[in-house]
Amino acid sequence: MANKIRVATTSLAGCFGCHMSFLDIDERMLQLAEVVEFDRSPITDIEHCTNCDIGLIEGGVCNSENVHVLREFRNNCKILVAVGACAINGGLPAMRNHVPLEECLNEAYLDGIGVENPQIPNDIELPLLLNQVHPIHEIVKIDYYLPGCPPSADVFWKFLTDLIEGREPSLPYELVHYD
Amino acid sequence: MSKTITIDGKTIPFEEGQTIMDAAMAAGVYIPHLCHQPEFTPHGSCKLCTVKVNGRNCSACTYPAISGQEVLNDTEELINDRKKITQMLFVEGNHFCPSCEKTGNCQLQAVAYHLNMLDNHFPLFYPERDVDASHPDVMIDHNRCIFCTLCVRASHEKDGKDVFAISGRGIHKHLIVNAESGLLKDTDMAATDQAAHICPTGAILIKRTGYQVPIGQRIYDHEQIDQVSLAASGSRPVSALPPSMAVGTENIKNGK
Repeated sequence: MANKIRVATTSLAGCFGCHMSFLDIDERMLQLAEVVEFDRSPITDIEHCTNCDIGLIEGGVCNSENVHVLREFRNNCKILVAVGACAINGGLPAMRNHVPLEECLNEAYLDGIGVENPQIPNDIELPLLLNQVHPIHEIVKIDYYLPGCPPSADVFWKFLTDLIEGREPSLPYELVHYD
Repeated sequence: MSKTITIDGKTIPFEEGQTIMDAAMAAGVYIPHLCHQPEFTPHGSCKLCTVKVNGRNCSACTYPAISGQEVLNDTEELINDRKKITQMLFVEGNHFCPSCEKTGNCQLQAVAYHLNMLDNHFPLFYPERDVDASHPDVMIDHNRCIFCTLCVRASHEKDGKDVFAISGRGIHKHLIVNAESGLLKDTDMAATDQAAHICPTGAILIKRTGYQVPIGQRIYDHEQIDQVSLAASGSRPVSALPPSMAVGTENIKNGK
């Protein structure tokens, strides 16, 4: 097929659990590969997006790099999708939003139980943390949302097949979960 | 001739003194709601049950049924309003379903599922709220409180204790307990109180009962809240468990 649908995926402040759940479509991946080509994604190791049809974003935004990646996806993807609880409401990482950032770092790298050689990482290559974790719809326009922690493989399948076959994507009751 | 109103064009009978919600539930018509439970004095605070009565928005749980009313319930406009209200309830508190014991049994979540709410639309507020784990058997997670006042009403009307109240207004509104220390342990709250079991969200939980039913096997994992709510309203005695608990027990018994 000459013109395959181009899909990019990434995980920002996520745990890659949504990506793992996506891979749970199992042998349906072969069907998908007939019509879809992956662009930037942990699956391909391509570093930057080029023009894509669909971008799947897992995770919220917790540091400056997340913001850049999210904007790169928005600039290059016709349809941008928030995948999973963290992309939609910040999720587990956003539970640090009630603790000042300095206290979080101190606890993790200086005062925490079992910390050896205590020092707060400050390598110039490390992206700076934001004061709070944000859901991605606060940064860029999002076209669709797939709730779940993670969304099940069937959610990915229903959504992608709807889009690919030209239907307005929709999730029936049994596929909508926030947990 | 018995008195009737219409809901979405369908004729619904009612008895004198019934609200639109009462009449609808008796006739098997679901109007989404969170702060309403048939056995408690209606409060009309969550606004999810907003219906159009003769062209004007009203809370179905507090508005009396009057002969000849034309009520609109299941319209696109009202469903969208309810979705926005539910989204506001979500962003106003800290509702992280994956780490909440109530997930799957939560009425806030169930209403959101029922409305096919897939996103929060609004910016997240992430308010600073405390957890009160001082009581030996009952805990309050204020992050999940939606100020429905069901615990306030249950404690007052059923338990005769007045353990809970709502204090403050607007953004400063919060649930308080009847103790100088402000801690639940210094009230006469007991785990057997109705107020301990009435919370539609995970704000009031009984300790050491968590995760007895695995996630994925809970009430709203299988049934929509409209069916659960109507089934519970049918033959339930006045002092019985709240519908979420009653149906939950049934499910456990049936091995679901």
